[in-house]
Amino acid sequence: MVAQSVPFPAPVAAPAGPWRAAGRVLIGNRSAMTALMVLLLMAFSCVMAPFYAQDIAHTDPFTSNVAGSLTLNGHDVDIMQPNDNPLHLGLSPVGPTWHASAYLLGADSQGRDVAARLLYGGRNSLMISFSAALLCIAMAATVGVLAGFFGGIIDIILSRLMDIMWAVPVYLFAISLSIVTISQGLKIGPFTIESDNLLIPVVIIALVYVPYAARPIRGRVMALRNAEFVTAAKSLGVPRWRILLLDILPNVSTTLVVLAPLLTALALLAESALSFLSIGVQAPAASWGTIIQDGEGLIYTRPMVAIAPGLAIVIVVLALNILGDGLRDALDVRETSRKGT
Amino acid sequence: MILRAALLAGVIFSITLTPVLAASDDAVARAGIPAGPHVGGTLRLTAQSSGGTLDPQISYLHPNYQIEAVVYDGLTTFAKTPGSLDRQAVPDLADSLPVPEDGGLTYRFHLRSDIRFSNGKLLTPDDVVASMRRLFKVNSPTAGPYYSHIVGGAACLHDPEHCTLTGGVEADDRSGTVIFHLTHPDSEFFDRLAFLHAAIVPADTPAQDTGNSAPPGTGPYYIISYDPNSAMELRRNPWFHEWNHEAQPAGYPDAIHYAYGLDPEAEVTAIENGQFDWMAENAPLDRLAEIGGRFAGQVRIIDFLNLYYAALNVNIPPFNDLRVRRAFNYAVNRKALVIHNGGPTVAIPSCQMLPSGAPGFEPGCAYTRGAAPENPAPTWSAPDMALARRLVEESGTKGQHVTIISPAQPNYVAQANELRSTLAEMGYVVSVRVITQAVQFSYIQNSDHRVQVGLTGWNADYPAASTYLQALFSCATFTPHSDNSINISGFCDHKLDALMDHAALVSITDPKAGNALWAEASRALMAQAPAVPLDQVRWVTLLSSRVHGDFVTPIYEVAFSQFQLR
Repeated sequence: MVAQSVPFPAPVAAPAGPWRAAGRVLIGNRSAMTALMVLLLMAFSCVMAPFYAQDIAHTDPFTSNVAGSLTLNGHDVDIMQPNDNPLHLGLSPVGPTWHASAYLLGADSQGRDVAARLLYGGRNSLMISFSAALLCIAMAATVGVLAGFFGGIIDIILSRLMDIMWAVPVYLFAISLSIVTISQGLKIGPFTIESDNLLIPVVIIALVYVPYAARPIRGRVMALRNAEFVTAAKSLGVPRWRILLLDILPNVSTTLVVLAPLLTALALLAESALSFLSIGVQAPAASWGTIIQDGEGLIYTRPMVAIAPGLAIVIVVLALNILGDGLRDALDVRETSRKGT
Repeated sequence: MILRAALLAGVIFSITLTPVLAASDDAVARAGIPAGPHVGGTLRLTAQSSGGTLDPQISYLHPNYQIEAVVYDGLTTFAKTPGSLDRQAVPDLADSLPVPEDGGLTYRFHLRSDIRFSNGKLLTPDDVVASMRRLFKVNSPTAGPYYSHIVGGAACLHDPEHCTLTGGVEADDRSGTVIFHLTHPDSEFFDRLAFLHAAIVPADTPAQDTGNSAPPGTGPYYIISYDPNSAMELRRNPWFHEWNHEAQPAGYPDAIHYAYGLDPEAEVTAIENGQFDWMAENAPLDRLAEIGGRFAGQVRIIDFLNLYYAALNVNIPPFNDLRVRRAFNYAVNRKALVIHNGGPTVAIPSCQMLPSGAPGFEPGCAYTRGAAPENPAPTWSAPDMALARRLVEESGTKGQHVTIISPAQPNYVAQANELRSTLAEMGYVVSVRVITQAVQFSYIQNSDHRVQVGLTGWNADYPAASTYLQALFSCATFTPHSDNSINISGFCDHKLDALMDHAALVSITDPKAGNALWAEASRALMAQAPAVPLDQVRWVTLLSSRVHGDFVTPIYEVAFSQFQLR
């Protein structure tokens, strides 16, 4: 009798974790990866602003220079040039030279290098929008998780508060807060934030978008609260804080990641709007919004001053939205499960 | 019976109506409508916002000041015909400028006869006395600075409601004379009477702000409707006749329509499209290239007495140190400031607190490269940043924080940013705060706000050195803790005050010697540098293609009555 050998099943590779799987899906998404590359390129360019200003353009983008001149093709050219009209009325800043070393995108009405300001402005715009989005997500996650998990009176209070905030138009809300803080700064207990501190637009923009992020998080937590694994954990006597930290939050994190680029895009638009209205980033600092404002009075003669930061905003917002779509596709549980079946 | 009654009624009707009709026909016949091919039509004006109250003794905003110049008259007025900037007041409702009596303390004005208000009422000396009293009763903004030296004026300031000006202004109906008594001689008394707040209105005009309704005036037009949110309408005053072409010329347009609400950009476009004839605001800088090219024939560049300056608070650091104030004056790049205001065609650099063209102005610049207060250059040539930095080092104030408070208008903000760059180069940590102009002007006057640098501009109420030097820098015009303290710098130098008082006194009898003293006062003031004079601008205005005529005037800038429409 020959003993019959029972073959062991071939070892199966452990299934990839959800994050790794999502990463693979994301890498396979050409649009999302292109968007990511564009964002990284924009961020890198802006980080290199001091290098461009000091070592290539040799200019101070924060100092007025209307009485100055630049050297172009070996000739000295006034930065502010007389308009070509019979009455010699008015002067216009030099237009784009397309020479990286000499006012590549021209000058603004203060005689400052638009290209250098665009890069410095991008640093502020991107920093404010990323920071505001992160802060917003942190606040929204706290509110959404508390309201969704504990329910009852906590949910009622937090949800009504969010409803009230939602009822106020977001830009009106942001403008109102900005006007107050820009004129007086922000006092939080013993700490005072000066009116020209970039933290002010960060806090304001984060605050006004909290209801928009907190609501979907609350909904997701409410669904998870009644999930079988949570019920099981409760029945086993696992403490609530442990359920919250180990069972609920990890399952909400995908929602937070998907929200992040979309909130960043919204924050960038809000920052630009506030700065355009002179109640965001304060002079002499720049942001894309302030540069558009600088270009408002030059729209007939030097449209590039307003067009360049406008284009930058469009590119970044578009890239963030495409990346957000890619992240949603990669992290959406239902989407991935449908693909699996 | 019925017939007789009817006849009687007809007789009574004809008795009462005939003089009125006769007067009306006569008035229309002599209505002072000028001869020429371009009489008639409706002049269409546009402004961003209205000028507030129509009460001529209260109104202090430019749009209404200009319009009321063709509605009201004073005993004297500023010429409404072209001329030099320093032209003095001319007789208007008075038939001549009287020779001062009692060493400059008494003025005896003889009124012209047969002048009627737009409601048909004949002008009398009582109207003049009542108007001068009313000026105090309605708390006219210039009652204190311009008219309180009329005998009884101080009491009127203290108790406006019961103002009588007893012993100060007397009417003699029989001779048609009004006599003024002053507490001290005043070389600018004719100018002050020419200012709009001394406009003559009927004696029965209520002693309160008339708001949106205009009291009757004696000028060639009267206001028939006014909504400060939308428009104002003016028609010819049927009782007007031209008595002095220089003072109040007869008007060409039959009517004037003044619309409010467009911003300056939209105003330019509307005028280019022929929808309006004239705009109240200066043409925006970004449209200068366009209007100077395609619409060059429709542009007027108008000189007027004005000055942009940065008031330095001499009572708080760092500008309580004379070296710092001088350093700032040396460092400012006035060429850049001229560029910010439209370039050399539109603006000129200013080196002193008297604008070019004002009485007492003598060219000279203490703060330019190679010059000093004791050795001024003829004109500004270039900033001296090296000297400025050295003075700041000596003062020990380097690294201190300085805040510039600027009005929100783009040209002010551009200048504020230029000054920020200058101060930063000098070694300070600088920030700019931008506030709406209506709020900013009061804010920077109040010493409680501890404003270090207040950016502002100043237009002359009338062409006199005192309206700049004495008004802005005398001890009397600094009122601590008040929003109404036009001496923004908080500057007070009794020696300079004495010099200015002496200049005013000498000007009464010897204007030339007076002007020389004012020039000396200007130099002495700039040696103390309580402010940084920046630049003086010309007013660029766009007209529709159908407008022509000689309507540019020194003080009012334009006389609407002199616009001719094709």
